[in-house]
Amino acid sequence: MILQDEAGLRRTLETMADEIARAAPPGAPVGIVGIRRRGEVLARRLRAMLEARGVALHHGALDITLYRDDLSTIGPNAMLRGTEIAFDVRDHWIVLVDDVLYTGRSVRAALDALVDLGRPRAIRLAVLVDRGWRELPIHADFVGLKVETTAHQIIKVKVHEVDGEDGIECVESE
Amino acid sequence: MTITETQRPVWMRRHLLQMDDLAREEIEHILDTAEGFKEVSTRSVKKVPALRGRVVVTMFFEESTRTRMSFELAAQRLGADVIDLQERMSSTKKGESLIDTARNIEAMGVDVMVLRHPAAGSATHLSQSVGCCVVNAGDGQHAHPTQALLDLFTLRESKGRIDGLKVAIVGDVAHSRVARSNLRGLLKLGAEVTLVGPPTLVPRAFEALGARVCHDFDAVLGEFDVINMLRVQNERIESSVFPSVREYVQFFGMNAERLRRCRPDVLIMHPGPVNRGIELAADVADGPNSSILRQVTNGLAVRMAVLFLVNQAATGHAA
Repeated sequence: MILQDEAGLRRTLETMADEIARAAPPGAPVGIVGIRRRGEVLARRLRAMLEARGVALHHGALDITLYRDDLSTIGPNAMLRGTEIAFDVRDHWIVLVDDVLYTGRSVRAALDALVDLGRPRAIRLAVLVDRGWRELPIHADFVGLKVETTAHQIIKVKVHEVDGEDGIECVESE
Repeated sequence: MTITETQRPVWMRRHLLQMDDLAREEIEHILDTAEGFKEVSTRSVKKVPALRGRVVVTMFFEESTRTRMSFELAAQRLGADVIDLQERMSSTKKGESLIDTARNIEAMGVDVMVLRHPAAGSATHLSQSVGCCVVNAGDGQHAHPTQALLDLFTLRESKGRIDGLKVAIVGDVAHSRVARSNLRGLLKLGAEVTLVGPPTLVPRAFEALGARVCHDFDAVLGEFDVINMLRVQNERIESSVFPSVREYVQFFGMNAERLRRCRPDVLIMHPGPVNRGIELAADVADGPNSSILRQVTNGLAVRMAVLFLVNQAATGHAA
């Protein structure tokens, strides 16, 4: 089932950019950091939208592979892409971006990875889709789309840069 | 999500023993992974929890402070606990006591053994005798895979590719595990390798491995993108296969005068520690073409990648 097409995804991101622009504390340096890979793509798009709204900000990408609590069970499939954050995170108001918020474990890993780089002034979480089923006490500050799901469903966020097309889908797992 | 589900995982090995074992795509996977680890050393907290709760033991039966430190720091940056076996072994009872020692250490709950040993084949022997991961940090004149990998990494980093590069390995090729491992790795990744040195140290037999053998350094000097200068080993100087030091320096030493006849962008590599004034003149070792210190820095990232990958293969459930 298609939840959003290309135009819908763009409108959702525009709305999120509005909310982030309103929440950004005036005067503080702002950073936007995407979790690799699709979060990174979304963060790059949000950055352009925020700059169009007059928000100056730094941009980075976070690889959380080494911080995952299931690293010992994902096996040799783990592919390290590397963290690329060229700015000093200290004192920045940072928006962490991921595509889907599910158990909260990726975000937990990302928070650990981020604070190892320095001490940000604050970290906020922006997700395109919140599908529920949290296993950790983590919530998002900016949510594009809230979806009620069953445990057997998979939320697929597709972006041009990785998947060749834009959209959000909900599929039943076999 | 950062985890890519590939059909078939590229890396499945619990041990890193010799370059001969590795396919081209496995070598490239290590280099790619090392690239991701290089960034960790630039952080304010130079540490990731990937090997947290794991134990790495360094077992060096042959002194090499720098290689041991590099492995220990790499393990620590991955969050592993590191212990160091301080024991010199008598050469008379190598095989048996090495395995005995290793089994005792393994019983303490060790996950990865890093072995440096004067006997060729000892790392392979160890890997067949213990259940934990084994990384070869140099076995006799046989292999030194992490040195080859860090050289390949440095080479790829500064030249942007390895395929088609013209590489010279100069010096005591016959007795060098660095030369053997580098040769294997370079050929697998598509470089053209020329081995340079006096006939006693660079026998024609190496042509069978796919390299060109040359005994006249000056005649071929200008051809190379990369020149890897091997260390002259002190114990070899006394032996009959080695010319006098003066003669060696005169024909095979890299100095400013020879460097001028090289390609201007030639990369001068050396596995260290350098005998200044013998295989490498001081001004060349410290000059802009030298990658010696970069090799040391990259060695850390490459060893992090190797420790990470063998541990992943051992603990992860393959898809």
